Amino acid sequence: MALLNSILAQLLNGLRIGSIYALIALGYTMVYGIAKMINFAHGDIIMVGAYALYVFVSILHVPAVPAVILTIAFCALMGITIEKVAYKPLRNAQRLAVLITAIGVSYLLQNLALLIFKATPIPFGSIIKVPSIQIAGLTISGLTIVTLAVTALIMAGLTLFVNKTKIGHAMLAVSEDQGAAELMGINVNRTISITFAIGSALAAVAGILYICQYESLIPTLGAIPGIKAFVAAVLGGIGSIPGAMFGGLALGIIESMSKAYISTQLSDAIVFSVLVIVLLLKPSGILGKLSVEKV
Amino acid sequence: MAMLEVKDMEVYYGVIQAIKGVSFQVNEGEIIALIGANGAGKTTILHAVTGLLTPQKGSILFEDKDITKTPAHKIVSLGMAHVPEGRRVFSELSVYQNLKLGAYTRSDKGEIEQTLEMVYKRFPRLEERRNQLAGTLSGGEQQMLAMGRALMSDPRIILMDEPSMGLSPILVNEIFDIIQSVSEAGTTVLLVEQNAKKALAIADRAYVLETGKIVMSGDAKELMNDDSIKKAYLGE
Repeated sequence: MALLNSILAQLLNGLRIGSIYALIALGYTMVYGIAKMINFAHGDIIMVGAYALYVFVSILHVPAVPAVILTIAFCALMGITIEKVAYKPLRNAQRLAVLITAIGVSYLLQNLALLIFKATPIPFGSIIKVPSIQIAGLTISGLTIVTLAVTALIMAGLTLFVNKTKIGHAMLAVSEDQGAAELMGINVNRTISITFAIGSALAAVAGILYICQYESLIPTLGAIPGIKAFVAAVLGGIGSIPGAMFGGLALGIIESMSKAYISTQLSDAIVFSVLVIVLLLKPSGILGKLSVEKV
Repeated sequence: MAMLEVKDMEVYYGVIQAIKGVSFQVNEGEIIALIGANGAGKTTILHAVTGLLTPQKGSILFEDKDITKTPAHKIVSLGMAHVPEGRRVFSELSVYQNLKLGAYTRSDKGEIEQTLEMVYKRFPRLEERRNQLAGTLSGGEQQMLAMGRALMSDPRIILMDEPSMGLSPILVNEIFDIIQSVSEAGTTVLLVEQNAKKALAIADRAYVLETGKIVMSGDAKELMNDDSIKKAYLGE
């Protein structure tokens, strides 16, 4: 019974951290699907979101709910701006140029944060004040409840948005064939902007949830969840929305189980080994489709 | 008065000149064929007209409006639809979703529904397979879907790029019958084809393209009887 409870507790832990990975992975996968690029600055949007929340709550004393909304809006605008300024001029450039630019944007964001907020970690208390609940001897923290509920809502909403709305269909069309989408009258640039806005808004949510969990701000805080979420997106099949959701949750659970039952130090090594094994067996990722380059 | 007029157009891919000063016009109600061998520049011309490429020189007028620099996504709402080479249907989406994307720029739901009815009537197989993913259709069905999708924008002119490519002789006949009936229903057609025989048989006028230049033009029936055309394109 104790073991079962401990396994359940670790499963919930895994789902909580996995939810955050999944939210970030959705941004990677959507941008990859539409713009065919890996946005390596995506992880740093989490950091921007965390600092933005800190500024709104602790410095400007905005109440929690409007502060969250402002943070999400700020990150969405930031995503659109980064795309317009850094990536759009490279729309027809080699992929390597775009990739290097993305890494450059990542360093720019980290160093801007370093310049403004300095390197000393800033303590920041969780804004999520939901009491924990007890079910059959198992304690579920308020943070876990909020994280899982928010993620489930976002996943359902995003799935409906992509599959049922006109903009969602435009996104699917652009991700499959930009030229053909343009011939339908779809504004590809606008669709890419919308995708960056959505991806960055999701990263902001992830940043808020992340900072409520770790309660300390440093300029590089987005790097680790960013890279893990990238792994999650590749594991699930980059370009696939259900793949990113599944990959994020799976990664969180694997990580939390390895930490609890195998070794804390080895948990990251185990996570990345799983990625290597999956890619060896199915190079397109678990839910990814094998894409054939059309000539 | 020409509906579509292309004047002295030149298109380059980097330093390579693909189109070397091409002029032609399409009048309302006509079927115009652009014929020529592989690599003559037929597809490039269509891409330049619908804005997927921007010509370096010359001009393109559509219903007296200069569309030379108009981006592709603004062309369809002007009344011009393009059925691209190789069909390029959205294979991950259903037949119905593909057709709905064809009407992307239209907002009147009632009118869209009417056009959909019309497309289903013209292509009954698309209605049968409306919920099937476009990628699972046969080549002929995909061609029909690409044409139906273009018709969903209710265009006044439709540009078709190699609609018969890779299809069986029976399907080729079917596709050409459909092109003719689309034309009879009042849509102007600009047809690019390697199958010169079929294209000349349904066209009013034709232009013959060789390595980026128009080398001959005129009445389709006369071209069909021209000895050099017969030799080069009709295999006689």
